[in-house]
Amino acid sequence: MIQLAGIQRTYTVGGRPVPALKELSLTIEAGDYVSIMGPSGSGKSTLMHLLGCLDRPTGGSYRFAGEETARMTEAGLSRLRRHQIGFVFQFFHLVPRLTAAGNVELPMVFAGILPAERRQRVWNALEKVGLTQRASHRPDQLSGGEQQRVAIARAVVMSPALLLADEPTGNLDSASGREIVNLIEGMNRQGLTLIVVTHDPRVGERARRRIHLRDGEVVADERAGSAIESPAAPGGQPSRA
Amino acid sequence: MKLADLLHFSAGGLRGHRLRSFLSLLGVAIGVASVVLLTSLGEGARLYVTGEFASLGSNLLIIIPGKTETKGLAPLVSTAPHDLTRQDAAALLQRVPAIRRVAPLAVGTASASAGERRREVTVVGATRDLLEIRHLQMASGRFLPRDASDAAVCVLGAKVQRELFPDQNPLGQLVRIGEWRFRVIGVIAPRGTSIGMDLDQVVEIPVATALRLFNRSGLFRILAEIGAQDDLRKTEQAALAVLRERHAGQEDVTIITQDAVLATFNQILGALTAALAGIAAISLGVAGLGIMNVMLVSVSERTREVGLLKAIGVTYGQVVAVFLVEAAILSTAGGSLGLVAGLGAGRFLQWLYPDFPVQPPPWAVAAALGVSCSVGLIFGILPARNAARLNPVQALMRRKA
Ligand SMILES: Nc1ncnc2c1ncn2[C@@H]1O[C@H](COP(=O)(O)OP(=O)(O)O)[C@@H](O)[C@H]1O
Ligand SMILES: [Mg+2]
Repeated sequence: MIQLAGIQRTYTVGGRPVPALKELSLTIEAGDYVSIMGPSGSGKSTLMHLLGCLDRPTGGSYRFAGEETARMTEAGLSRLRRHQIGFVFQFFHLVPRLTAAGNVELPMVFAGILPAERRQRVWNALEKVGLTQRASHRPDQLSGGEQQRVAIARAVVMSPALLLADEPTGNLDSASGREIVNLIEGMNRQGLTLIVVTHDPRVGERARRRIHLRDGEVVADERAGSAIESPAAPGGQPSRA
Repeated sequence: MKLADLLHFSAGGLRGHRLRSFLSLLGVAIGVASVVLLTSLGEGARLYVTGEFASLGSNLLIIIPGKTETKGLAPLVSTAPHDLTRQDAAALLQRVPAIRRVAPLAVGTASASAGERRREVTVVGATRDLLEIRHLQMASGRFLPRDASDAAVCVLGAKVQRELFPDQNPLGQLVRIGEWRFRVIGVIAPRGTSIGMDLDQVVEIPVATALRLFNRSGLFRILAEIGAQDDLRKTEQAALAVLRERHAGQEDVTIITQDAVLATFNQILGALTAALAGIAAISLGVAGLGIMNVMLVSVSERTREVGLLKAIGVTYGQVVAVFLVEAAILSTAGGSLGLVAGLGAGRFLQWLYPDFPVQPPPWAVAAALGVSCSVGLIFGILPARNAARLNPVQALMRRKA
């Protein structure tokens, strides 16, 4: 589903190039559950933004579902994000003036889906995250865990193939964090490809495939049970039930 | 994306900062209100003046002594123009078949008194035909005699009658005008101002008497009425020919026709209205800047929202549309408010000054709304493009503003 070959992303800071990702190659299968771990500044978010087509690499090739993204127009990338990719962020990014239902509805509003169908799908999405009771609450009336569940409902309401979560539990207490992880793992079991960025090992260890970054390079890439390639593998314990 | 959804989403964006939205909307409202009000006044002036001249009737020639045109070469020997006389008027009536009636006029001011009461009046020397030419109605008595006599009789305007004879029948009474005494033979029905002369404040006396009263040899002007069927231009030429012949070959009179006057005033006052609209439009431009400012603040406050929109697949064009529509809603709402306020203020002025027509020209109303909507669209372009061009990654990383 995802093929990265020799991906580079170099920022220019004060006239000097700062490489955030160096020659990164990676293939991710549809339906997989991948965590991306590493210290702060290792390039996790940069990779996430590239995968979500919010940013373009400065070098290398990124093929999504077989198609080269470098050749897509801005509008084509927007379509890709709209239909194929759902995002969950550390800071939820709900629109404060809209209710929970309004936030979940948003992607469909801009996709031109008719109101009657939107209502149905908002309800279904809120049901999946267990928030139908809170549908007409605004973000400031919801707890952090509830807000993140609204964000997840919004991310999946267009039935994407890929869910990208950047530190989804980073702003939550551990109980809410666990709920969120359980929720997206459940969606992964239904076939949704799941990529989670985290620096919390207890969250990252749960993934079937764990990729460790350091200074913009993959330093370990392991599968639950068997390490595929781990030049500097920190002893990871497969912990998924 | 459906238009209704776009409108709904954009309107929601405005509800997020009501006071700021309202204030910028007010700016547009003031601009539009001033356009509507000022053009109403300009248009009112135009309607008022043209209405005055239209009441002359389209079959009237006004003959004024002296040449006011400055066409062609100045004559080698410049001579004072000949007086315009009652004989000229009679000759026009006789020799130009299309001319049905003529009213030779002599005008001056004098003080008029009856008993203890006294006031300044405009004295108009005229003949019987003035009644028909100007469509005057008598309140009582009769108008001036038909013949060209210099009888010492007078006809009072309604207001003069009220002031000189507050509670008695003036018919048959004596009025002192200047040094002479005149017997009142009629009172004209109230009528109001017409071509700058308040007919209610006028005293009419026979034209021959007036010329002697004011010690003048020439008329103030001659009104000549032509048949409804007759050609105005040809008659004008024929009248000029008669007068030139009578004035030793000199063309020393000016003939004005209602349509010529109307055209000139229409032009002048139309330009005045346009100038007023232009001045008022400046305030619309200022209001546009206000909207632009509000939208720029709004975009920078909602940077994270824009980043989110991009993440969920909203296109460049849709982001532009969201903010353009927000600006257009602001300015159109302001425009509508301003239109209502402007029309209301016009009504109020109309109520204060019932005689003066305060009426916005239809084009101004349409333009005010159209322009206010475009003000939003034009001044919204910059903020909307700023929003759409935001880098989504950086927009999402921005901490709460
Ligand atoms: N917009 C940017 N401009 C310049 N440098 C950046 C930018 N974003 C990230 N970086 C740099 O790229 C590197 C990787 O950052 P990031 O992907 O955010 O790391 P992580 O998410 O793993 O903490 C860091 O050194 C960071 O300073
Ligand atoms: Mg990060």
